[in-house]
Amino acid sequence: MDNGLNNSRNDFEIFQQLINGEKLDYLDSAATAQRPVSVLKAVSDFYRHDNANVHRSINTLSSRATDSYEAARDKVAGFIHAVDSQSIVFTRSTTESLNLVARSFGDLVVTAGDEILVSEMEHHSNLIPWQQLAQRKQAKLVYIGLQADGELNMTDLKRKLTSRTKIVAIAQVSNVLGTINPIKEIARLAHEQGAYMVVDGAQAAPHFAVDVQDLDADFYAFSGHKMLAPAGIGVLYGKKALLDQMSPVQFGGEMIDHVDEQSATWAAAPLKFEAGTPNIGGAIGLAAAIDYLQALGMDKIEAYEQDLMAIVLKGLSQIDGLTIYGPLDAAKHASVLAFNLGKLHAHDVATALDLQGIEVRAGDHCAQPLMHYLGISAAVRASFYFYNTRDDVDRLISGLQRTKEFFSNAAR
Amino acid sequence: MQLDKLNLLYRQLILENAAHPQHYGHLANSSYHLMLPNPTCGDTINVEMVFQAEKVAEIAFTGQGCTISQASASMMTSVLLGQNLVDAKKLIASFSRLIMGEPISDQENQALGDAAVLASVAEFPTRIRCATLAWHAADNLLDQYLEKKHE
Ligand SMILES: Cc1ncc(COP(=O)(O)O)c(C=O)c1O
Repeated sequence: MDNGLNNSRNDFEIFQQLINGEKLDYLDSAATAQRPVSVLKAVSDFYRHDNANVHRSINTLSSRATDSYEAARDKVAGFIHAVDSQSIVFTRSTTESLNLVARSFGDLVVTAGDEILVSEMEHHSNLIPWQQLAQRKQAKLVYIGLQADGELNMTDLKRKLTSRTKIVAIAQVSNVLGTINPIKEIARLAHEQGAYMVVDGAQAAPHFAVDVQDLDADFYAFSGHKMLAPAGIGVLYGKKALLDQMSPVQFGGEMIDHVDEQSATWAAAPLKFEAGTPNIGGAIGLAAAIDYLQALGMDKIEAYEQDLMAIVLKGLSQIDGLTIYGPLDAAKHASVLAFNLGKLHAHDVATALDLQGIEVRAGDHCAQPLMHYLGISAAVRASFYFYNTRDDVDRLISGLQRTKEFFSNAAR
Repeated sequence: MQLDKLNLLYRQLILENAAHPQHYGHLANSSYHLMLPNPTCGDTINVEMVFQAEKVAEIAFTGQGCTISQASASMMTSVLLGQNLVDAKKLIASFSRLIMGEPISDQENQALGDAAVLASVAEFPTRIRCATLAWHAADNLLDQYLEKKHE
C-alpha cells in the first residue's frame, strides 16, 4: 500500500518533487488526476510519428491518425460497456457533454410544464445546463433532497418522479459528499415514468467499472482528465437511437453529409456532434489511460480506494470537532471526502495542509446549492486515487491534528 | 516542520482581528455598499460606507470568510475610517502594493497601521485574493462616490 496499488506511484513523475519542502501528498485527484508516463508517451508518440488530421485527407498519415482516433472510440466503448462505438461522442469534457445533451436532446423532448429532476448534490456542470433548459422551455427544475448522511433521499425521489418528469440528471458519485447514487434503480424508476436518465459520471468512471447497459443510462458523461488522460478530452455516451434523433449544436467541418448553398445535411452520429478538428491527441491519450486503468483492474482500484477511505474515515472521525459530510461507511463513500475542522475556515485549513505538502481543495467545489443545503459556505475536500498511499492518508490525519493544535494554541 | 511558516501568516494581530472584527455589521443609513465574492472559495465580503465632508465618515463590513479575509476587512475599516478621499485612495494603493510583495515606503507602512502586518500574505500567493477582497470593495465604493460627484 505504500507505493500505491501495484507500485503505481512510480509511474508518475510528478510525485518525485517536494512541495514546500515536503513529499508531495496529492489529495486533489477529484479536481484532476495525475498522468502516468505511458499516457504522456502515447500522446507525444502520436504527435511525433502519426500526426495528421482525421476523417479528411486520403493519405497514409491521415488514415493512420483516423485509425488511432477511431480505435480510441472503440476503447472507450469497451471501457463503459457500450454496445456500439458509434454511441460514443468525443467532447471537451463532462461539462461539454452535459451541455450537449441539455441543448440538443433537452430542446427536443422538453416542453412547457415538463419537469427536470436533479439532486441537491449536483456539480454546477450537471445543474446550470438544466436550469437554462428549464428557462428556455418554461419547464420546472425539481430538486431531490438528501438524507442526513448525505445519501440521496429515495422516498423524495419516488415522490417527485412523475409522468411530468422528462429528464432525470444525477451524478453517479457526488464530487463533494462522495455518495454513490443507485443509478440503476433510478434509471428503472425514471423509465417507468417515461423519463430519460442522464448520468454525470465524472467522479465515477475513473474509480470503478461502469456498465452503461447494465445501468440502462440513456446518456453518460465523463472527463478524460480525471482518469489520467490529458485535459480537453471528454466523452458523451448516448443510446444510439437517441443520438440519431438529436440535432447537432455546433456546425462546420467534419459533421456534414452534404452541403448546398442554402442548406446542409448531417453526418450520422457521433460525427455530427464533432464539428471541427477534434482533440485527436487527447483521444489517443484517453485510450492509453484506459489501457493503464484496465491493466491495474477497475475492481482492484475500487477495492484499494475503499481500503484507503476506511482508514481516512476512521482517522478523521477521531479528530475532535471535525465534521465529515457524506456517508461514514467506506463502502458507500467513493474517493472524495469533504469536511470542516471545527469553526476553522476551509481556506485556512487548506493553507496549513499545503505547508505540510498536502494538496487538498477548499471552497464550494462548484456545488453552491449543496453548500447552501449543508448550511456552509465552504468545505475542505481530500480526494484519492489508486496512486495514493497509506502514508498519504496518515499524513492527512496527522496534518489535520497539527493544524488543529496550531490554531487552538494561536487562539489563546 | 513547515508549520512554523504558519506563524508568519497567522500573526497574533491577524487572529485577533478575525476573532473579534472591528466595525462588523451594518450602517443605519449607508449610501454606498458593495458585496464582492471570492470566486475560489465562495466567500463574500460586504462593505458599507457613508461619506461626509469629503471624508469616510462611517464604514462597516459583513460577510463570512477565512481568517485572512476577515482580519483584512477588519483592519481596513480602522485604517480608512475618518480619512479624506484622496488619502483613502492612497492607502488602498499602498496596501495593494504591499500585499503583492512590492516595496512601500516607511511612511506608507506606518499609515497602514495594523494592516501592515498583512505583508506576509505576499508569501502565500493563493491567499492574496482573500486579503484584498475588502479593499477592492472599498476602492470601488470610493470610485462610485467620486464619479457621482463629478456628474
Ligand atoms: C461530478 C462532476 N461533474 C462534472 C464535473 C465537470 O468536469 P469538467 O470540468 O471536466 O467538465 C466535475 C469536475 O469538476 C465533477 O466532479
